[in-house]
Amino acid sequence: MASVAKRRHWKKLGIHLLLVPFLLFALFPFYHMATTSLKSDRELYDRTAVPLVIRQGVTFDHYKKLLTESEFVTWAKNSLLVTFLATTLSLVIGTVAAYALARLTFIGVGGLGTAIFVTYLVPTSLLFLPLAQVVNWLGLGDSKWALVVTYPTFLVPFCTWLLIGYFRTVPKEVEECALVDGCTRIQALWHIILPIAVPGLVCAALFAFTLSWNEFIYALTFTSSSEEITASVGVTQELIRGDIYYWGQLMAGAMLGSIPIVILYVFFLDYYVSGLTAGAVKG
Amino acid sequence: MASAHAGVIAATPRPRFGLRVGEWLNREGVLGPMFVAPALLLLLVLVAYPFCMAVYFSLSDAFIGRPTEFTGIRNFVNLWESDAFRQTFQNAFVFTGISVGFKLVMGIALALLLSQQLWFKRWIRGAVLLPWVIPTALSTLGWWWMFNSLYSVVNWTGIALDFMDAPGPNWLGQKYHAMAAVIVVNIWRGLPFFAITILAGLLAIPKELYEAAEADGAGPVRRFWHITLPLLKPVLGIVILFSTIFTFSEFNIVYVLTHGGPINSTHLFATLSRQVGLETGRIGEGAAISLYLFPVLMFVVWAQLRSVRREVL
Repeated sequence: MASVAKRRHWKKLGIHLLLVPFLLFALFPFYHMATTSLKSDRELYDRTAVPLVIRQGVTFDHYKKLLTESEFVTWAKNSLLVTFLATTLSLVIGTVAAYALARLTFIGVGGLGTAIFVTYLVPTSLLFLPLAQVVNWLGLGDSKWALVVTYPTFLVPFCTWLLIGYFRTVPKEVEECALVDGCTRIQALWHIILPIAVPGLVCAALFAFTLSWNEFIYALTFTSSSEEITASVGVTQELIRGDIYYWGQLMAGAMLGSIPIVILYVFFLDYYVSGLTAGAVKG
Repeated sequence: MASAHAGVIAATPRPRFGLRVGEWLNREGVLGPMFVAPALLLLLVLVAYPFCMAVYFSLSDAFIGRPTEFTGIRNFVNLWESDAFRQTFQNAFVFTGISVGFKLVMGIALALLLSQQLWFKRWIRGAVLLPWVIPTALSTLGWWWMFNSLYSVVNWTGIALDFMDAPGPNWLGQKYHAMAAVIVVNIWRGLPFFAITILAGLLAIPKELYEAAEADGAGPVRRFWHITLPLLKPVLGIVILFSTIFTFSEFNIVYVLTHGGPINSTHLFATLSRQVGLETGRIGEGAAISLYLFPVLMFVVWAQLRSVRREVL
């Protein structure tokens, strides 16, 4: 018996060893970004130094410069505003649409469900050119409001699709009881269905937040002035001037621009995993 | 219900207006369309309409700030005479084929490892998923730095481990190396999606099947080929389809890492479409380029709808 236990132990160790290359592959870029952002320029541009470690001490100069000498704070605020508004808007629109599509029978319900699914698969890079014209036509050219308006085009189909699945898991009887007791449908939705669907709502909100924080092509196309752009666009476009790259600052910007997502990620890891495994999210 | 009550209390006054509206709203035929209306409006104005505009642009010689003329399919035909477009067309298939292939094989391997008993399961899963969560444009900046021509940490490590001769390749400045770099970053970003989704598929396979096969003397390889793979097929199908459309239409990685260069060797439809449509102002041609994504989208939608309809709709 002892040998069986021992063999299991070795097998377990072997599996962990096999995981090491995958973990290195996944994490090394972040490690390298972090150490670069904390190194002094002197060490950064010393070609004889080992790039893997920080040897001459940690410095926060790059972060300080980023926060004081660039518009990074404005970009981060824009990102937060756009993400928050687009997420809220999409969640509300998506929730009522999902409820109707999952629970009610009316003309065109099947076709609409299909339409939502199809738009959910449309990549943003297919539509950004004409959408830029629509944005100008709405009078929102070069404004963060253009992003608040256009992000729901991919968030609403996503939220709706995810929530249809969740609403379907709530037994019909729960709702019918409420209706028999004299609730209207809206009351039943508000008091009975939504509280049960909270995990689904959290999941949808979380992914909507992540998707809009990570959005790049619309932000790059619809906004350009420094007061209107988001963090991703600001860091990739404005911190690079001419042929001189301030790598320390660039990496500091990339780190800070990722922080809101990392915070959410740490707290809601299980939701991320469950959202992915529900097959609702594209990758 | 209401009429039954009315029969008992003959002299019921007409219900208040608010109540009548409430009752009207309670009808599924009314509430349903009302609830879907905002979503529908949004999709019509900001998806369907722009799509029609894209088609219209692609059939015209639209140029920023100039009246347009209808030109039929000339844009689509002309594109074939452009070296940049032909190169892009080829790139798109090479990029998608290699990326999705690697993500699939590595994803299955990683999922198999993750499905085993692990010591820090949550932490390991969290770490594996991370590249997928961080904003791609920003993490690609990190890769850009890793492939830097002077200070590449990839080359430094390669030289230190004797894989490469000093100074190592100039990753983003040479044709095939640049494509390899773009593909590696795409694999890095997309692998978590494959691994976690396939892992879910793996965990759904009943354990009894493996026990029975083991009792019959089937080794790990045969168990994989005869149980795991066939039962994973539906999950793999969905993952491959989803990934194909989003790899094919990739923009962020190429835009940040190589901007399509050197000499168009890494351009994809989305990046070339942006360059032609916005940077040089030829909107008609740009729209035509991005519409080359459409057949792939149609195929994926068709294949997905076939399987989804069977389950949900």
